[in-house]
Amino acid sequence: MSNVPKQLQYTEEHEWVRREDDGTLVIGITDHAQQQLGELVYVELPEVGRILKTGDAMAVVESTKAASDVYAPLAGAVRAVNPALTAEPELVNTDPYGAGWLVRLQAADSQLSGLLDASAYTALLNAAD
Amino acid sequence: MREPLIFDQGRPGRRAPSQAPAVAAGTDDLPAALLRRTPPPLPEVSELQVVRHFTRLSQLNFSIDTHFYPLGSCTMKYNPRAANKLAMLSGFLDRHPLEPEAHAQGFLECLFDLQDMLKAATGMSGVSLTPMAGAQGEFAGVAMIRAYHQARGDTARDQIIVPDAAHGTNPATATMCGCDVVEIPTGPDGDVDLAALRQVVGPRTAGIMLTNPSTLGVFERRIAEIAEVVHGAGGLLYYDGANLNAILGRTLPAAMGFDVVHINLHKTFSTPHGGGGPGAGIVAVNDRLEPFLPIPIVGRRDGAAGHEYRWLAEAERPRSIGRLSGFMGNAGILLRAYVYMRLLGAEGMRRVSGYATLNANYLMKRLAAAGFTPAFPQRRASHEFIISLKDVTRDTGVSAMDFAKALLDKGFHAPTTYFPMLVPECLLIEPTESEARQELDAFAQALIEIRDLAFKDAAEVKSAPRTMPVRRLDDVRAAKQLDLTWQSRADSPAVSPR
Amino acid sequence: MPFIPHTTEDTAAMLGSIGARTIEDLFDEIPPALRVDGLPGVPVALSEAAVTRLMRERAARNRATLCFLGAGAYEHHIPAAVWEIATRGEFYSAYTPYQAEASQGTLQLIYEYQSMLAGLTGLEVSNASLYDGATAFAEACLMAVRGARQARARRIAVPRYINPVWLKVARTLVEGQNIELVELAATAGRTDLDALASLDGQDFAAVCIPYPNFLGGFEPVDELTNWAHARGMLVIAACNPTALALLKPPGEWGEKGADIACGEGQPLGIPLSSGGAYFGFLTCRKALVRQMPGRLVGGTLDVDGRPGFTLTLQAREQHIRRSKATSNICTNQGLMVTAATIYLSLLGSEGLRRVAAQCHANTVDLVRALASVGGITAPVSPFFHEAVLTLPRPVAPVLQQLAAAGILGGYDLSADFPELGSALLVCATELRTAEDIAAYRSALAGVLGVAVAA
Repeated sequence: MSNVPKQLQYTEEHEWVRREDDGTLVIGITDHAQQQLGELVYVELPEVGRILKTGDAMAVVESTKAASDVYAPLAGAVRAVNPALTAEPELVNTDPYGAGWLVRLQAADSQLSGLLDASAYTALLNAAD
Repeated sequence: MREPLIFDQGRPGRRAPSQAPAVAAGTDDLPAALLRRTPPPLPEVSELQVVRHFTRLSQLNFSIDTHFYPLGSCTMKYNPRAANKLAMLSGFLDRHPLEPEAHAQGFLECLFDLQDMLKAATGMSGVSLTPMAGAQGEFAGVAMIRAYHQARGDTARDQIIVPDAAHGTNPATATMCGCDVVEIPTGPDGDVDLAALRQVVGPRTAGIMLTNPSTLGVFERRIAEIAEVVHGAGGLLYYDGANLNAILGRTLPAAMGFDVVHINLHKTFSTPHGGGGPGAGIVAVNDRLEPFLPIPIVGRRDGAAGHEYRWLAEAERPRSIGRLSGFMGNAGILLRAYVYMRLLGAEGMRRVSGYATLNANYLMKRLAAAGFTPAFPQRRASHEFIISLKDVTRDTGVSAMDFAKALLDKGFHAPTTYFPMLVPECLLIEPTESEARQELDAFAQALIEIRDLAFKDAAEVKSAPRTMPVRRLDDVRAAKQLDLTWQSRADSPAVSPR
Repeated sequence: MPFIPHTTEDTAAMLGSIGARTIEDLFDEIPPALRVDGLPGVPVALSEAAVTRLMRERAARNRATLCFLGAGAYEHHIPAAVWEIATRGEFYSAYTPYQAEASQGTLQLIYEYQSMLAGLTGLEVSNASLYDGATAFAEACLMAVRGARQARARRIAVPRYINPVWLKVARTLVEGQNIELVELAATAGRTDLDALASLDGQDFAAVCIPYPNFLGGFEPVDELTNWAHARGMLVIAACNPTALALLKPPGEWGEKGADIACGEGQPLGIPLSSGGAYFGFLTCRKALVRQMPGRLVGGTLDVDGRPGFTLTLQAREQHIRRSKATSNICTNQGLMVTAATIYLSLLGSEGLRRVAAQCHANTVDLVRALASVGGITAPVSPFFHEAVLTLPRPVAPVLQQLAAAGILGGYDLSADFPELGSALLVCATELRTAEDIAAYRSALAGVLGVAVAA
């Protein structure tokens, strides 16, 4: 069973989004996604400052058996990327909702539209089983 | 059973002196700034050390010559020794590729005949032998499709349709050719979802890439309708010849409605896999695409002294998509395929598909009778079939990968695992026509024993292999602590045999 | 039945267990309208004896000649052990080493190959090889565009005197991705450094420097490397691997060294074989490894902590990344790399250096001998093992007459490079003797109808 924290929002592509106090959005991949991929060996992150449209491929997470794009859940500018992942990509596996975050985004729009809440995402996971 | 690296076997100053000039010629006339200051780090070993080292390395491999290799989608059939020996005759081997055509008539005649036989085997009207592997054949095919549309002023066609079960090279090729990939799903019976296809075709459709029989080991029965839909939308059909072994002499890609096909000579026509190449991925086309074939092609004209063979290149083929290799492709591999095809003849080629299919269906039935789950039990297997180990994995935790490794201990190369990805915990099994019934029975027995052991002692299966030169390797470590050369070993702590 | 072991009894029993009457029945899912019952156009089977006779006859019709032709493929001595071992069934008939535990021989060999090529080129990483030199050059260009710091640069600068066929192949392969190869102006057989200023302000992903260039001479590699790096471009070296035993490796060019090296591996133990199969090599700095196409072998440990080898960084490749792979390539030239690794082990650095030095010395002798034939002009700048002679009349008929006399006189440059006039590219590897060179000289003098100075 994978962990789906109540306070986060989700996408159908298995990303999570958390709004910070300063209005920026922190984005990562879900526990379910990291389980599917297996132990990550590499994470490719976008350049800080890059402007993303919703749905743009912004990062790549790579295990020995799979590589997967991570899409921007919302439009915005990349404010920061997780520097720890260069040396320790496996943080995404061990702590997907914490130390394994990927990107911090300054959203273009203050509305978090089109995202799923925890129960809707859990339902999505159950439906796929 | 380990063999030290060749670099670790050397001693400073040791050489194989008969292999290089006895005296070092002077190089004083070359500018000093251009000369190498430190010698490259090559091993310093004797000739016997080299022979022993590489002979020992060879003995660490599985190969067709030593083991049954039921590797789905790879067609690991016997590679006749005659093909190698005859392709290495001095008259072929010691010829410079740019020698005048008059000096190469025997070589060119072989290639010309090969072109003709490949036309016959596909039903197509033109062949180019230059693509050096299946992926290059795919590139040539999609590039020709693009060139065809562009020559007609039909420039908006930039989408290539690919079924989700397709080999990964198909979408990668489409990208290399500057096309977008549109994936369509497979129906529950293994055939392409025709309704989905109808929805995605349109004015941007450049073409569709299909393997038939598909990577699911079944014949796409509605291929004529697929051709009608794609052609009706203005697109062309590309036949990925990876599975030609299944239909050789039974149907033709041209008859199925395809416009272009590549053939992996290293699969259907038995040229060696060589530990990962070289292959040959010749392309055959119908009249529509003939002007765009990659160059060079072998042509023939009647001269004073009978047939004269010659290269057709830029001057004769101005609409070609161009060249794909420095000379003319993997010539020596083409000669090997030629020898094999002459040994088979027309009847022998048809027998290939017959017995490859017989072996696959027999093995599938045997495994089904033993309680294994074929992915498409209601379908006839082509030359290969899939079994899913999902139930065994659920009940015991033993996965398809564990089965694969346990088979190695029993002296069988593993089937293809986890491809196609549509079927969970799958083994894609292709016995080929080369194997005798006894070998198939032994393989089935091995799978049965592994499954029985999985229910008794799953940990034992998961600990396989135990009889190979190494046990299971740490892929994560290989990817994270990159150790790609002996040189870098000194400054990286990745692997040290201490 | 050739290569089919089934007895009549086997076939009957197997059909019985399937529940089919005949082998034909097994094809009942192919719609009848699409079926064929034979392959007219394919001749009848021959026995191995008959095919042997046929192939011997055809091989014998390919005339043997004395070779002074290079232009991308070179006749070198190949130790007997190279192909004796490379064609052992365990190498020859093995598959790609996806099942690592059952493929340690191939994997360790590729690791050794990678180490040798990285060392020869002076770079950190090598892949397991590509199809040939021309496609390695094309893949190097694609890789440079992916790896370029100027993310939008889609142009590669190329000196004029690069192998013209390589340029054609690269154009075929990169055009679909809107990548452009732009020729640099040349003077006196090499890139004109003064003309580079005209490119200021234009975006390039890389410059690709042939080494030696197609005329056998040397580009200003240090200056070009520094020029490119100062503009944020990558530097690709397209090198002859034999020459690298003698010459400064690309990794040491200029202040920072080239970033990528590629080339034709044929000189390393691969017979001329009418044009293939050869192999292309590709090496690079470690920082670019994820942009690299093709297979890579890495060292790791097994569950017992013993060292072993496996394919690694496979997530770059088509079978995982599909439409986003670094290339569609799905192979390497395994057998050729097997031969090359054995070749390089037998030669060692001193042996390979002697081969290179002897090639050079023989070519110097050849040029001196031919230039003594009246009306022929010899090159003035240094060269490795190929050089350009200017003839007093068109090259093509001269080569034809030489060929009739059993001599492959070289490569006619006039079609590809008309500015060079009646230019002939000649080559002498370590295999050419003083007698061979004398034979060429007297044949050429005969063809040109001039007296030979003593």
